[in-house]
Amino acid sequence: MRRTIAVLVLSAFSSIAAAQAYPSRPVTIIVPFAAGGPTDIIARISGEYFSKTLGQQFVVENVAGAGGTTGITRGAQAKPDGYTIMMGHMGTHGAAPALYANLKYDPTKDFTPIGLVAGTPILIVARKDFPAANLKDFVARVKDPAAKVKQAHAGVGSVSFTTCTLLTSQLGAKSIVAAYRGTGPALNDLVGGQVDYMCDQIVNLVEQVRGGAIKAYAIATPERSPALPDVPTTKEAGLPDYQVSAWNALFAPKGIPQDVATKLNATLVAALDDANTRKRLLELGSVIPDKAGRSPQALQKLVESEVARWNPILKAYAQQ
Amino acid sequence: MELLSNLALGFATALSPMNLFLGFVGCLVGTLIGVLPGVGPIATIAMLMPLTLKVDPTGALIMLAGIYYGAQYGGSTTAILVNMPGEVTAVVTAIDGHEMAKRGSAGRALGIAALGSFFAGSVATLIIAAIGAPLTRLALLFGPAEYFGLMVFGLGLAIVLARGSVLKALIMVVLGLLLSTVGTDLETGQERLTLGIPELSDGVDFAVLAMGVFGIAEILRNLENPESRNVAIAQIGRLLPSREDLRRCFGPIVRATGIGSVLGILPGNGAVLGPFASYALEKKLAKDPSRFGRGAIEGVAGPESANNAGAQTSFIPLLTLGIPPNAVMALMVGAMTIHGLIPGPQVMTKHPALFWGMIASMWIGNLLLLVINLPLIGLWVRLLKVPYRLMFTTILLFCAIGIYSINNNPYDVYFTAFFGLAGYLFIKLGLEPAPMLLGFVLGRLMEEKLRQALALSEGSLMTFVERPVAAALLAIAAAVMLVAVLPAVSRSRQKAFQE
Repeated sequence: MRRTIAVLVLSAFSSIAAAQAYPSRPVTIIVPFAAGGPTDIIARISGEYFSKTLGQQFVVENVAGAGGTTGITRGAQAKPDGYTIMMGHMGTHGAAPALYANLKYDPTKDFTPIGLVAGTPILIVARKDFPAANLKDFVARVKDPAAKVKQAHAGVGSVSFTTCTLLTSQLGAKSIVAAYRGTGPALNDLVGGQVDYMCDQIVNLVEQVRGGAIKAYAIATPERSPALPDVPTTKEAGLPDYQVSAWNALFAPKGIPQDVATKLNATLVAALDDANTRKRLLELGSVIPDKAGRSPQALQKLVESEVARWNPILKAYAQQ
Repeated sequence: MELLSNLALGFATALSPMNLFLGFVGCLVGTLIGVLPGVGPIATIAMLMPLTLKVDPTGALIMLAGIYYGAQYGGSTTAILVNMPGEVTAVVTAIDGHEMAKRGSAGRALGIAALGSFFAGSVATLIIAAIGAPLTRLALLFGPAEYFGLMVFGLGLAIVLARGSVLKALIMVVLGLLLSTVGTDLETGQERLTLGIPELSDGVDFAVLAMGVFGIAEILRNLENPESRNVAIAQIGRLLPSREDLRRCFGPIVRATGIGSVLGILPGNGAVLGPFASYALEKKLAKDPSRFGRGAIEGVAGPESANNAGAQTSFIPLLTLGIPPNAVMALMVGAMTIHGLIPGPQVMTKHPALFWGMIASMWIGNLLLLVINLPLIGLWVRLLKVPYRLMFTTILLFCAIGIYSINNNPYDVYFTAFFGLAGYLFIKLGLEPAPMLLGFVLGRLMEEKLRQALALSEGSLMTFVERPVAAALLAIAAAVMLVAVLPAVSRSRQKAFQE
């Protein structure tokens, strides 16, 4: 009996000690995509702030594959001690259940949400000589079967695929669709005029729009982006229901110590107020969540609403 | 005139002591990491990217470019010394390069690779500086249909690559094509031929396949009869290519530079075809084609030059449009973006010092690579003298580390072991792995481009006839295959008659 109490007391102490000391060794941030992509860049920028303020390296480990679900599966199964966290996004924690029948995690149940890091707005872009002056003309053409409008996307499961599928399903239109391996090749054929339009994250397209190699019809956020102030929002341009963002958020495996989760969230909240981190995220065209949007509860709600939103749209597409 | 002032700006930027130092460090570290078996340029750049985060954007890019060239050259070194090509472009180098190493000429092979790369890199840098922008417009004419034509042409090369029987080469090409279809279907998201193994849902990694069928299989073969190998390696010949070697290789290097530069500009990683095309061309032009595959120095000089020229010109789409043509360039885009510099069509006008500095640094990088690597050759060659029982265990260990580090995925190591056994079986059956790897690389691109072309033409095959460039490429491909296959067919016929 005495021994049991001793063990209990000791373990209580050690868990307090662990929380105070956290992090006492380097922390791994699993990025479920290749190095250099938008999610990776956001992870590295925010990871730098975490390393600086918490005194331990936050190391990005890229575990790419199967639309990000390989890395997130590994993260979900990692030891819940706060030394493995992951950067999830709209695909891995929103669209994945509808796309991958044998997904080994449940985005709504198997994670400790830490907080939303950034939203990446979605642009609707077309080749520079596409015969439509604005979003209304564009929508009319996409809806017209005789116009045979051609859409490109970066592969089933990619952000450009899911967001454009949302667009065509809202319009009730059917485009000719060509699948590419990644945004680069798709963008190449859009600039070359082989295809007519695509949807993707602003950071992937912003310079080509500025340089006039392609044109942007609208940005799917409530407000215009400072990165492209001339591009109207979907609401202004007459398509108010098309609101979509490729958000990135930090998750930990389910069951990490509550105080570790609190510390991680507090650091994230501070990072998003840090001038340098903000500046670098804004340069990417990202939208930084407001105070209320940074809480774990807000993230949990976002994940639940996203899973519910993508499921019918993507299932309907698969059955076509 | 404008070109000269631009280049002056570029060299002023690249030659600043800090940038020169960063370029040097990049080349050196890139070479040292790239030499690990299995670690190609992509893995090296991804690994070393954090090093560049503290530096200003121009310096960081110069360093990254240095890492890229260094890693590529390091990869060729491993291909020559231990027959382990870490990336597509080193596969061809391994064929004759490792043969040369086995005959005690590793130094000559490494030397000609460095010299050829330097020449090709210098010419390609000039091409980028002088006509990079107009060339971009040409590359944009290449749609999916044209690209498909080019890939079919590439498949024709596989037959020329073969040392022995055309039938066996065809078998291996088809096997490579089949392996390339493993993974998730791009259009439907369905898994194909993955046997329910989630780790196969993105297909087989190239490095995993190449390490296995080349490197691991080679180790197994050496272990079978270790004596013969040690005797051959023990006689280390000259460390640098002779005058005769240089004379012999001049033509191949010049031709390869042209081929590599053109293919490098094309979108969608056309550069991978460069070394294969150069090898096939030199083999056709050679007075005695049977030397190829048995340690012909031209078989190293050509592909290595084509490889480096392509590596250089594949910067064109990135620098002029901000569109990455391959995975390495996608990583460069990421690195630029992290530095708050998203590449696009305006990089040239908005950041002239960065743009021209980078071009100048390409040439400087090539020179540094030569300076770093010529002295290192002696060291590499001496490594071969290490007793084999120590060497093969070390190679296996580094190979496992390298393969794991590509995707941080332990399954890749198991798959490599599996392909090693398969490669050993191929050796026993007299089947060559190079045509299989070419089929594997082209298969994925070919399927993708074929389906894109057909999706865009709404299923009409006429798109390959109506588009003149595509039609021409397909016609050339058909001609190449006929020329390659006909002699074999007539020979077997003659044999049949004799019997």
